Amino acid sequence: MNLPRQRYEETFVLNLGPQHPATHGVLRIKVTMDGEYVVKAEPVLGYIHRMHEKIAEQGNFAQFMPYTARMDYLHALALNHGYCLVGDRDAGIQVTERAEYIRVITVELNRIASHLLWWAAFLLDLGGFTPLLYAFDDREQILDLLERTTGSRLTYCYFRFGGVYNDIDDEFISDTRTFIDRLRKRLPVMYHSLVTGNIILIKRIKGIGIISAEQCRRYGASGPVARGSGIDFDVRKHEPYSIYPELDFDIPVYDEGDSMARYMVRMDEIEQSLRIIEQALDKLPDGPIMAKVPKNLRPEAGTCYAAVETARGSLGHRLLCNGDRNPYRLKLRSPTFSNLSLFAEVAEGMMIADVLAFLGSLDLVIPEIDR
Amino acid sequence: MMANPIVHALVYLIGLMTFAGLNAAYLVWCERKGAARIQRRTGPCEVGWAGLLQPLADGLKLMTKQLLVPDGVDAALFRLAPVLAMLPGMVALAVIPFGAHLQALDMELSALFIFAFASLAMLCVLLGGWASGNKFAIISSARAVSQNLAYEIPMLLTLITIALISGSLNLREIALDQQGGLFQWNLFRLEGWHILTMWIAFIIFFICSIAETNRAPFDLAEAESELVAGYMTEYSSMGYGLFMMAEYINIVVGACLTTILFLGGWGCPFDVAPGWWWFGLKMYALIFTIIWVRWTYPRTQIYRLLNLSWKVMIPFSLINLLITAGLVKFL
Amino acid sequence: MEATNELHTTLLTLFGKLNGGAEDATEPNDNDATEARTATIPLDYSRSGANLEQHCRPEQLRTAAELLDNQHFLLESITGVDWPEKNQFEVLYDFIHYAAPQYRVLLRCTVSRDEAIVPSLCSIFSAADWHEREVYDLFGILFDGHPNLIRILLPEDADFYPLRKDYMP
Repeated sequence: MNLPRQRYEETFVLNLGPQHPATHGVLRIKVTMDGEYVVKAEPVLGYIHRMHEKIAEQGNFAQFMPYTARMDYLHALALNHGYCLVGDRDAGIQVTERAEYIRVITVELNRIASHLLWWAAFLLDLGGFTPLLYAFDDREQILDLLERTTGSRLTYCYFRFGGVYNDIDDEFISDTRTFIDRLRKRLPVMYHSLVTGNIILIKRIKGIGIISAEQCRRYGASGPVARGSGIDFDVRKHEPYSIYPELDFDIPVYDEGDSMARYMVRMDEIEQSLRIIEQALDKLPDGPIMAKVPKNLRPEAGTCYAAVETARGSLGHRLLCNGDRNPYRLKLRSPTFSNLSLFAEVAEGMMIADVLAFLGSLDLVIPEIDR
Repeated sequence: MMANPIVHALVYLIGLMTFAGLNAAYLVWCERKGAARIQRRTGPCEVGWAGLLQPLADGLKLMTKQLLVPDGVDAALFRLAPVLAMLPGMVALAVIPFGAHLQALDMELSALFIFAFASLAMLCVLLGGWASGNKFAIISSARAVSQNLAYEIPMLLTLITIALISGSLNLREIALDQQGGLFQWNLFRLEGWHILTMWIAFIIFFICSIAETNRAPFDLAEAESELVAGYMTEYSSMGYGLFMMAEYINIVVGACLTTILFLGGWGCPFDVAPGWWWFGLKMYALIFTIIWVRWTYPRTQIYRLLNLSWKVMIPFSLINLLITAGLVKFL
Repeated sequence: MEATNELHTTLLTLFGKLNGGAEDATEPNDNDATEARTATIPLDYSRSGANLEQHCRPEQLRTAAELLDNQHFLLESITGVDWPEKNQFEVLYDFIHYAAPQYRVLLRCTVSRDEAIVPSLCSIFSAADWHEREVYDLFGILFDGHPNLIRILLPEDADFYPLRKDYMP
C-alpha cells in the first residue's frame, strides 16, 4: 500500500535502532514519518564497524582467515571460502579434489542454517514467535554436524589455502544424510503448511516492498533479493567456482519482486542445498585434504577478484598484492551493503509495519555491512 | 449471611479481587506453559512445582523495581494510567453471572454496562501512551484507539442479535434463557433456526474480543517488532505489571462474555448438573484458544485489521442482524 | 558464453573509441605514473577474476561508466587503493553483467594524493552512492557531484582516513 505523492505537512522523525527489536543488530534507520507512513528512510551504518580491511593489511595472508568469519557470522563458511578462493586464485594454488567437496558440503550446510535463521527472524519480525523455535531445532542439528568437523559452532575458521583444516569422517557423512532426510520430511509439514500457507503471512508480505529488476541492477543487488525480482543471477552458476559446475542444482527465481518472492527463493534454496549436499556426499572422492602450499603465501604483484555466493548474495574479495607477504589491499564487497542501499528508495511511502516486513525480507547481517 | 447487603458486597468484592488477581497471575503462567508446549520446550519449571510459583516471583521482581518516570512525561497521568487500566475489567466482573446464584450485582442492561467500561480500557491505553511522551507509545495509542473503535461496532451489532433472541440485555436473563442443553445455547439454538446464522455471529464476536483485548494476531498496539512495547515502552516496575494484569483480566472478561452470550453461561450441554464449573470450563477453553491462536499466527497489519472490521465484520454482522431479526419476527 | 563474447567485442570497440584513435591501446607504463593514461587491457579470467581492465583519466570516468550502463552492466563495488610511493590514489570500479556469465570489467582511475577528486557516478549507478561514500570515508578521496558525501562507516567527527597507508592508529 503506497502513499499517493503529496506534500507532507506534519512529519516527525523516528529512530529505529541502533537498539530496536526489528533491526537484528545495530542498524539504525532514521525514518521521517507522516502518521504511520514513511516519508523518508535513511539507514545509518557503522555501529559495528571494525575496519577489517585494515586488519587484513597488517598481518600475513593466513592471519586474516579467522576474521572472515566475524563478518557474516550466519554464513561464516562462505566467507572462509571467499577469502580462500581469492588467495588460491592469486597464488595459483590447486585445491585438492576432496577438499573442494568438503568445502561445498560444509558451505551448503551452513547456507541452510543461515536461511533457517533468517526464516525464524523474519517470522519474528512479523510477530510469529513459534516458528523461531522450530527453525532453531533444525539449525541446531547443522551446528552439531559442523561443530564436530570444524570445531566451532558459529564463527568458523575451517578453510585453509589449498584445502581444509580437518577431514570429515564416516559419522559426519551418515549423520548428514540422516539430517537431509529429516529436513526433507519437516520442510513441507512444519515450514510450508504451518507458515508459508498462512493467510496472515501471505497478506502481510505479498506485494510488499516490490523491487524491480532495473532497481536491482542500478543498486547492484544480488542473492535472493535479485532472484526474487526475476534475475537469474547466482554466482555458483554465473561465475562457477569449486565443484559447483559438476553438480546438478537449480537456481530458484521468482518474478514478483515482493517480499513473498524473496521468501520463496530462500525456502526453495534450502531444498536445492540439500540436493547439492546429497550429490556431493555421493561423489566424495578419497585423497588428501590439503594441497602443498608454501608456509607463507607471497603472490606476485597484481590484482585479483573472486566472488562466492553467500546466503545473502555475491560476496567479492578484491585483492591487490605488491609481492609482499601481506595483502597490500583487500576489499570486501559485501552483498548486503548493496542490497540495503536500495532500501531507502523502496521504503518511501510505505507504512511502518510494511517497511519492517520489507527490511526483514532483505536478510541483513549488520557486521557484514559494516565490516 | 448474604442477607446483609454490606456483607454481600464485601464478600463479593474480596472474591472478585482474588479471582481477578489469581487469573491475572496464573494466566501468565498458563500462557507461558502453553507457549512452551506449542514450541516444544518446557517453559517455567524452576520456581515451585512445574514453575507454579513463577507468577509470584515475577510479581515480586516487578514490585521491587523502581517505577521510572522519565523527563518530559506527564507525571500525574503517567502514574494514573496503569491504575485506571485495571478498573474496567474489575468492574465488569461485578455484573457477570458465573452461576445461577453466583453474581455480585444483577442489573438490567448489564451487557451494555460491560461495553461501556470496555471503552474506558481504550482510554487508559491512550492516556498511558500520551503521557509517556514517546513516539512509539503515541503511535501505539493511536493504533489502539482506532482498533478498539472499529471492533466495538461489530461486537455491539452481534450483541443486538443476542438481545433480539433473548429479549433482554441482562446477562443473567440471557444465560437463563439458554438453559436446557446444547441446543438451547445461542450458538446452536434450534428454536427459531438461529443455528443457521449464529455461528457467524460467534466467530465475529470471538475475533472482536481478541482484537478488543489487543491479543495476537491483533496486538498491533504492542507490536514489539515495530513499536518496541507500544504504549508500555516507558513503563517499568508495577506500571508495566498493572498493564499486563489488566490485559489478562480483560481476556477473562471477554471469555466470560462470550460464554454467556453464546455458550449458555453455566448451563451443561447435556442438561445435567449445571453450575459454575461448566462456566469455568467453557471460559478457560476459550482462553486457551486465545493463547493457542497467539502462538500460532504471525501478526497482521494495522490497515488490514481495520479493513477486516469495516469491510468484512461490520457488513456481515449487519446482515446477520437482519436475518436474525427476520427469524425472530416471522418464526 | 556467446553473450559474453559478443559483449567483450562490443566493449573493446567502445573502449577503443574512448581511448581515442591517436592513443593506441598500450600497456600502461608504471614508471611514468604521474601522467594520467588510458588503456584497455584484456585479462585472463582464470587468473585475475576479471576479463577487461580499462584505465581511465578521471574526466573520462563518467563516459566509460555511461558506456557500461548502456550495456546494462551493474556496479559491483568500488575499491580505493593508496600508493604513497607514487603519491597516488587509485580507484577501482568492478562491473558485472547479470546476463553475461564469467565476465567482469574493471575500471581503474588514478588521481594525485594531493588533489584527490574523482567524478561521482551516482547519477549513473545508484549503487555508487554508498560505495563512494565508503571510499571517501576510508581514504578521503572526494567525489565530485556526489549528492551526499558524508562519512558512512566511521563516526561523523572522525578526523582521519584509516585506509591510507600512513595512518597508524
